[in-house]
Amino acid sequence: MARPVPLNQDAAPFDLYGRPDWRRRTGYLVGWGACLVAVALVAIPIVWLLWGVVSRAVPVWRWSVLTEPTSATGGGLANEIVGTLLIVAGVAVLAGSIGILSGIYLAEYAKGAAGTILRGASEVLAGIPSIVLGYVGYIALVIALHWQYSLAAALIVLSALTVPYIAKATEAALRQVPTPYREGADALGMSPLRSLSRITIKTALPGITTGLLVALAISVGETAPLLYTAGFTNSLPTLHLTHAPVGYLTYAVWTFYNSPFKGQEDLSFDAALILVVLVLIFIVASRLVVALTQRNTEKNN
Amino acid sequence: MTLTTPDRAPPAGTGVPLDTMGGRHRNAPQQLWRWFTQETAALRGLTAVAALVPLAALVAILAVLAWKAGPALKYNGPGFLTRTDWRPGSTYANPVKTDGVLHPVGALYGALPLIVGTLASSAIAVLFAVPVSVGAALAVVEKLPPRISNGVGIFMEVLAGIPSVVFGLWGILTFGPWLSRDIDPIFANHFPDVPLLSFFRGYVPAGEGLLAAGLVLGVMIIPIVAATTRDLLRQVPRLPKEGALALGMNDFEMARKVSLPWIRAGLIGASVLGLARALGETIAVAMVSGSALATMPVNIFGTFGTIASTIVQQLDGSLGDGTGFELRTLAEFALVLAIITLAANVGARLLVRRVAGTALPVGRGV
Repeated sequence: MARPVPLNQDAAPFDLYGRPDWRRRTGYLVGWGACLVAVALVAIPIVWLLWGVVSRAVPVWRWSVLTEPTSATGGGLANEIVGTLLIVAGVAVLAGSIGILSGIYLAEYAKGAAGTILRGASEVLAGIPSIVLGYVGYIALVIALHWQYSLAAALIVLSALTVPYIAKATEAALRQVPTPYREGADALGMSPLRSLSRITIKTALPGITTGLLVALAISVGETAPLLYTAGFTNSLPTLHLTHAPVGYLTYAVWTFYNSPFKGQEDLSFDAALILVVLVLIFIVASRLVVALTQRNTEKNN
Repeated sequence: MTLTTPDRAPPAGTGVPLDTMGGRHRNAPQQLWRWFTQETAALRGLTAVAALVPLAALVAILAVLAWKAGPALKYNGPGFLTRTDWRPGSTYANPVKTDGVLHPVGALYGALPLIVGTLASSAIAVLFAVPVSVGAALAVVEKLPPRISNGVGIFMEVLAGIPSVVFGLWGILTFGPWLSRDIDPIFANHFPDVPLLSFFRGYVPAGEGLLAAGLVLGVMIIPIVAATTRDLLRQVPRLPKEGALALGMNDFEMARKVSLPWIRAGLIGASVLGLARALGETIAVAMVSGSALATMPVNIFGTFGTIASTIVQQLDGSLGDGTGFELRTLAEFALVLAIITLAANVGARLLVRRVAGTALPVGRGV
């Protein structure tokens, strides 16, 4: 006589006669097993890669790497670090302002076909390979405008690359601001600018900041668009916008890893380590922004 | 009733009349500032200019490419897409003009090996990344406890943030050598020597090649595919899932028979988005591909080149061509690459928007 069919046996299905259904049990185990293997395949390359960088960089690490400029056979990475920070600061100002303003327009004013076209253009721009941007920057800015390898060319190319991210993040964050906030500001007689700056943007700030941090992390890590716009130099960067090449960290990894000089080869690993640390800082910072603001909202509620 | 008096009296003792008439100020800067802060038009105009920047950049990029590539398009002709040549020509002889295009004697370029290399490496990347991403996203959304799911989320964020050049370094120094020393020979020596399958056997180069580059690319596009899939899975409504459980399915059957079919269109879009990113990836491929020019990969382990990696590696050398023809040909390559990636990108977005009603993320995901 068959036992009654047990309900909701997650991992251990029975068939209609109350016998264990081995086909479904196998499917369950194999299915989730495969998914766990997939999780492992996501995690293993990261651990392997981080370990690869750390295990190569730490044994050859000298603190003077942070203070000495690069020389023909070795030296340090001071000029690359300053150059990368300079580029990141420039992108934050240029791409940050354009991206945030653009996001404001897309979220607040863009209606109908115009909005669709502008959003589409932004998404398509984000899909253009970075080397194509670098090539165009080289042809148009470095050669045709006679800027030569320069900070300005690098900033414009990197901004073209990152503005879509910032605009998208800003737009998404502004759209999540509850409508009653805006209505309240209007009802209190706030001017549009004041309402935007004091109410809407303030509420959307965590989202905007996260988008900005992602964009900055990208500009720290890009190589292809910089190789033929920023050029490279062993000396510390100047503040000249044109006619002065700038060194940056990704160049050191890209060029020095197969250098015949031990000193330069080591610099390549050191630069990779610094890049990874910078990226981790950006990730931690964006997590902190989200966590802090979430804590505040919970307190306010 | 008259409205000539203000409805509130000015604050006592200040002597400043309260302005209820809207910006009738005496000096110009004040008036301008007031206009800027009070009127939507100014803010709207300023932000609209910023919003036009991406569109303008896009038009400028395509215009510069078309302008630069024009003569190369004319000289290389449609055969460019089917030839396998990379012949810069003689830079010592006097350059000649064909159809008004100045070029070195004997210059001839073909894109076929690079197009094949680009598509093949990206195909390997997608074949590796999509199953892994879907499996990981299913586990994260439907099975794993929140604490572990968060951990996996952090892993993917780190993966998305690692610079491409660091992936290249790992690929050429650690992963590629491991693959070619410990894994590849097993396949290369034992696959049957019949047509088609013989592509998987033969000579294994030291750490550089199609399979290594494809797998590195696969790891690089996991974040965007997995994050998109995860977000799509989270949007599956509760009711059909609970219905599946109530019918006696276990949670894996629910995930496979309800959640996955529910997001099918979005999943295709996410995969094509990952494909688009793999097609355009430059630096990591340039380091791991072995940088072959004008030759097809002899087998799946063979060295090859992609359009993007070739542009970045040949741009310096192309300046040695005094006629600028090689530089123009690189523009033609860039145009081909831009068209391929744009087609993939736009196709993915249109598909997902039409079928799933959600937007795909911009960029690398997470």
